[in-house]
Amino acid sequence: MREDIKDLLNKFFNWIIGNGPRPENEILPPEPPPDLPFTRRNSGRKSRFHEASINERYNEWVELHGLHIFSSLYTWMSVLTCLVIILLLLITVTELPPFGDEHNPANNEVVLRYIKTGARETGAKNIVAGMILDYRAFDTFGESAVLFTAAVSVLMLLGASRRNRTCEKNIFKFGITSKSFLQRGPPLRVHIYRQDDMILRGIASISIPTILVMGCAIIINGHLTPGGGFSGGAVLSTALILAANAYGFDHVHYFFNERTFIFSSSGSLIIYALAKGYSFFTGANHIPSGIPTGTIGNILSGGLILPLNICVGIVVAGTLYSFYALFSEGDI
Amino acid sequence: MFAKLLTNHYEAVAVILAGIGLTNLLLQKNLIKKIIGLNIMDTAIYLFLAAKGWVSGRAAPILIEGEKGWIMDVNNYVNPVPSGLVLTGIVVGVSVTAFALALTLKLYEYYGTLNIDEALLKMTQEQEVHEAEIMNEEQEDIL
Repeated sequence: MREDIKDLLNKFFNWIIGNGPRPENEILPPEPPPDLPFTRRNSGRKSRFHEASINERYNEWVELHGLHIFSSLYTWMSVLTCLVIILLLLITVTELPPFGDEHNPANNEVVLRYIKTGARETGAKNIVAGMILDYRAFDTFGESAVLFTAAVSVLMLLGASRRNRTCEKNIFKFGITSKSFLQRGPPLRVHIYRQDDMILRGIASISIPTILVMGCAIIINGHLTPGGGFSGGAVLSTALILAANAYGFDHVHYFFNERTFIFSSSGSLIIYALAKGYSFFTGANHIPSGIPTGTIGNILSGGLILPLNICVGIVVAGTLYSFYALFSEGDI
Repeated sequence: MFAKLLTNHYEAVAVILAGIGLTNLLLQKNLIKKIIGLNIMDTAIYLFLAAKGWVSGRAAPILIEGEKGWIMDVNNYVNPVPSGLVLTGIVVGVSVTAFALALTLKLYEYYGTLNIDEALLKMTQEQEVHEAEIMNEEQEDIL
């Protein structure tokens, strides 16, 4: 009895390790001819008679089916996760205060203060402009800095292809073979624009001045009407992009290149920081700042809001145009 | 529960949009479509914030001229704070999208594909080749 169990256990362990009786005899290669004197039969026997162990079978199975099963499992699990998240958030939405009610907790004393005294303190008719460029001007400064930083990092990333192009010229000129350049090949993006597109040029010659005037109007009226530095700057950048498409990037380079972009944007940011730093310093120490707020509703009112809007507009226009130029041409 | 969802339907739509964006992020193999999913999530958050600021029956927070000068009463204007927050969100979203697209472009220039799985496969192959080169150099040094 005991010997039977021992035998069974031995068989089992042999099966796990992979030394048991082999069911896949027919797959094995034919034995080497026995009359060769120097064949090393003993060493080869173990590996040849080795049955596939559990571990090897598992690995083989994973290699065969694992990828397929993992990808389908991943799909279903991610769909399930997203559905669960949507359901939980929808349950949360049912607990929110009702939409459009005036007694919501969001309409608290901050709003009261902004609307009651905001116009008198900042001099801006547009309360949102007064809020973001006077009470919370530091936040807007951070936004402009984030935008400028993004433009500079995109310039760093995509300016490398321009350097590669000069490298290509150098190869033709001087026979320089840069290893990294040869590995990567020539640049993939070459912007093609038609030089003689009459319709685009005709429409651009009419609409570019209009768009420029409209962008400037949005920026300058930022404290009176909806709009401001960000939206006006975006409109200005569309005019630049249209000019680049109609007349080519070389024409835009005459008045807007990398140098102008860096100088105008960083100059605007520095002016913004200095002006707002002065205003915050005097305000925090209860010193009269001497900046007139003017009468509400005039163009020259709102204290620092108008110059700050212009600064933000310059940064946004340059940044958005440089995004377009970098992504299409690899160069500002 | 469903009646409350109907009264808060803007928030509900914003939440569903955020879920769609998250699904895009998880399921798409193409990197540009992943970035589009991120933008959909951004948009959902703007919609949520704008919906939170709305008060029914009130005007946008730009002063209206009444009979006795400018009206500066809270009961006439909606909440101006979420507008400023949405502005911040839009600017940061544009910056992040531009940076992510630039990185994707560099990846495409290097590996010739936008599919993240193929790019990873090429990356591992490149690494194996690199390791084999290092091994060869070490053997040459020994010899």
